[in-house]
Amino acid sequence: MLRTTLHKRGLARLSRGFATTQDATPKARQYGGLKDQDRIFQNLYDNYGWDLASARKQGDWYKTKELILKGDTWIIDEIKKSGLRGRGGAGFPSGLKWSFMNPPGWEKNEGPRYLVVNADEGEPGTCKDREIMRKDPHKLVEGCLLAGRAMNATAAYIYIRGEFYNEAAVLQTAINEAYAAGLIGKDACGSGYDFDVYIHRGMGAYVCGEETSLIESLEGKAGKPRLKPPFPAGVGLFGRPSTVTNVETVAVAPTILRRGGDWFASFGRERNSGTKLFCISGNVNEPCTVEEEMSIPLRELLEKHCGGIKGGWDNLLGVIPGGCSVPILPKNICEDVLMDFDALKDVQSGLGTAAVIVINKQQDVIRAIQRFAAFYKHESCGQCTPCREGTTWLLKAMDRFRTGQAKEREIDMLYELTKDIEGHTICALGDAAAWPIQGLIRNFRPEMETRMKKFHDEVGAVSVGGWMKDARVEKGKVVGAPLPGVHH
Amino acid sequence: MLRLIRPRLAALARPTTRAPQALNARTHIVSVHRNTENNNPSIPFEFSPENMKRAEEVIAKYPPQYKKAAVMPLLDIGQRQLGYTSISVMNYVAKLLEMPPMRVYEVATFYTMYNRTPMGRYHLQICTTTPCQLCGSDGIMEAVQNTLNIKPGETTKDNLFTLSEVECLGACVNAPMMAINDDYYEDLTPEGTVKLLEDCKAGKMPTPGPENHVRRDCEPASGQKVLLSKEPHNVADFLQEGI
Repeated sequence: MLRTTLHKRGLARLSRGFATTQDATPKARQYGGLKDQDRIFQNLYDNYGWDLASARKQGDWYKTKELILKGDTWIIDEIKKSGLRGRGGAGFPSGLKWSFMNPPGWEKNEGPRYLVVNADEGEPGTCKDREIMRKDPHKLVEGCLLAGRAMNATAAYIYIRGEFYNEAAVLQTAINEAYAAGLIGKDACGSGYDFDVYIHRGMGAYVCGEETSLIESLEGKAGKPRLKPPFPAGVGLFGRPSTVTNVETVAVAPTILRRGGDWFASFGRERNSGTKLFCISGNVNEPCTVEEEMSIPLRELLEKHCGGIKGGWDNLLGVIPGGCSVPILPKNICEDVLMDFDALKDVQSGLGTAAVIVINKQQDVIRAIQRFAAFYKHESCGQCTPCREGTTWLLKAMDRFRTGQAKEREIDMLYELTKDIEGHTICALGDAAAWPIQGLIRNFRPEMETRMKKFHDEVGAVSVGGWMKDARVEKGKVVGAPLPGVHH
Repeated sequence: MLRLIRPRLAALARPTTRAPQALNARTHIVSVHRNTENNNPSIPFEFSPENMKRAEEVIAKYPPQYKKAAVMPLLDIGQRQLGYTSISVMNYVAKLLEMPPMRVYEVATFYTMYNRTPMGRYHLQICTTTPCQLCGSDGIMEAVQNTLNIKPGETTKDNLFTLSEVECLGACVNAPMMAINDDYYEDLTPEGTVKLLEDCKAGKMPTPGPENHVRRDCEPASGQKVLLSKEPHNVADFLQEGI
């Protein structure tokens, strides 16, 4: 009997083959096609109203007291279970980040602790937080309370970019409504927990979207990033433990807690779970913002929700999948790439803020990236030399590349320059300035070379730096070479 | 030689009466203040009573020992009262918040939304960053420049319009777009933009939002494809166990 069993077991083991292979290929799952009932932002298109009464109809503020009373560990565990990754671009696991606020013995550090919500939405292509703030403000306010409870924070500051004046007004109205109804403030929702929510308006600086820079700006200084460590969870806003999170991350938290982490984790691929607001802009027939399942194929997203590319799919030149800071994807990759953190990382790009910028063949892709270079030059705060000087150099080179007034080997020099900026600055703005250009060189090098050749044939030979045969400096100005004007 | 230079130096030292608008193109780069007749520290400035009340509300948001955190909103209130952030506004805010004036100057020169020179009544901010550029912001820029006969950074002679070329304003799905003062005008066409300007001239501010009225918001232009039900789905119907 025993031998038979062993024998059988042995056979079973043999039939399994190598331990590292799977028993069977997992069933291929189609992502996308999110049902309306699973959309978190029900009022995305302003059908149902944003005031407190309308928000309650969607289930906002329903049993919030019970959720608060569950305690910080329960909330953080639920967020960890959901697999939510930060929606601001870096994709850091939110549950883990929130838990940094509660290290052993955190109670002994008496005093205020802050949740800082990053609504300084400035990444070109991104317009999701604006829709949340002006159409679902109560989701954000309630999210502040619950995320604040998880971190044992005493107050939340929402840092809104200055240009969003009307959005800030809507959000302030929502906050006032919540205070008046006793939902936040002293004894929030009757739970015995005190929590305040304040709005702070920025004044037009892209770099303030970086967390330490945002904290500096909130403290009433120029928004120049701080060195880490100390991390904000140790020493942050006003010298107290703080955590900076994106609007969308905070706004989805209440729904995750109500429906359960497992519900949220059931969408998207493993480690990329959830639903996400995608903003699709550029050369599609119908640009729009839409909430979809993570890991939806890019092509499906564009064709199902945006009416396809202008001029048909074959007219597609490239897609920037996550706002201006991530490298561009050429068409052949766009065919079957999935829209999530890991899939896009595998093709040397990134999900970023899920701001999809579509470029078709009628556009000048070199000019598109040159404009990004101008953007970064304008927005560099000037604190770190590689970024301050590098972004100017990148723009000057890109200005010439746009017209083709450069030598082919300058492409390699430019690539090397981007590598010298990347990773040598305090914040990620330097990296972000380098990546779009790296993406351009990686994927559209032939196009750049063609343009240089055309300039060479039509105007004349160029040497490194854009110098031409008759060019010389007269009274401090270059004459004899058609140097393209610098943007800005 | 010296005789030639001296009158020039004298001209430099004299407070210039030249309209300072031309400087505006570079306000984000030039962080130097030069005294002019209408912008120098001897001009008094203080908040109006209602703005003072606002300012007190703002200061109350921050911990008492970090009063200076209110510098950004207070400068904004000052700018809204005066029309621009003059050196007197900065000095006044510094005194109010008990901070060194230099710390206020640092803030006022770092952020692009503080206009340190007088502005026209309508501040036109045209976004030309890539998403808008792909959708034709060049045409919008051209239409505005041709209609008003000014370049970015300049103000019209009647002091009605100041034109700025700005970086992404965060309404990319509704590109191309332009902000007039605090309101966003989206989905622009060159013809529609000219009409907008005419409306402004006539003194009636058009309704903000998509300019062609094809769509209300960020939904696809041919109409919504999702969220079509009459009532929103209520999360309360899908609660997990234990709540």
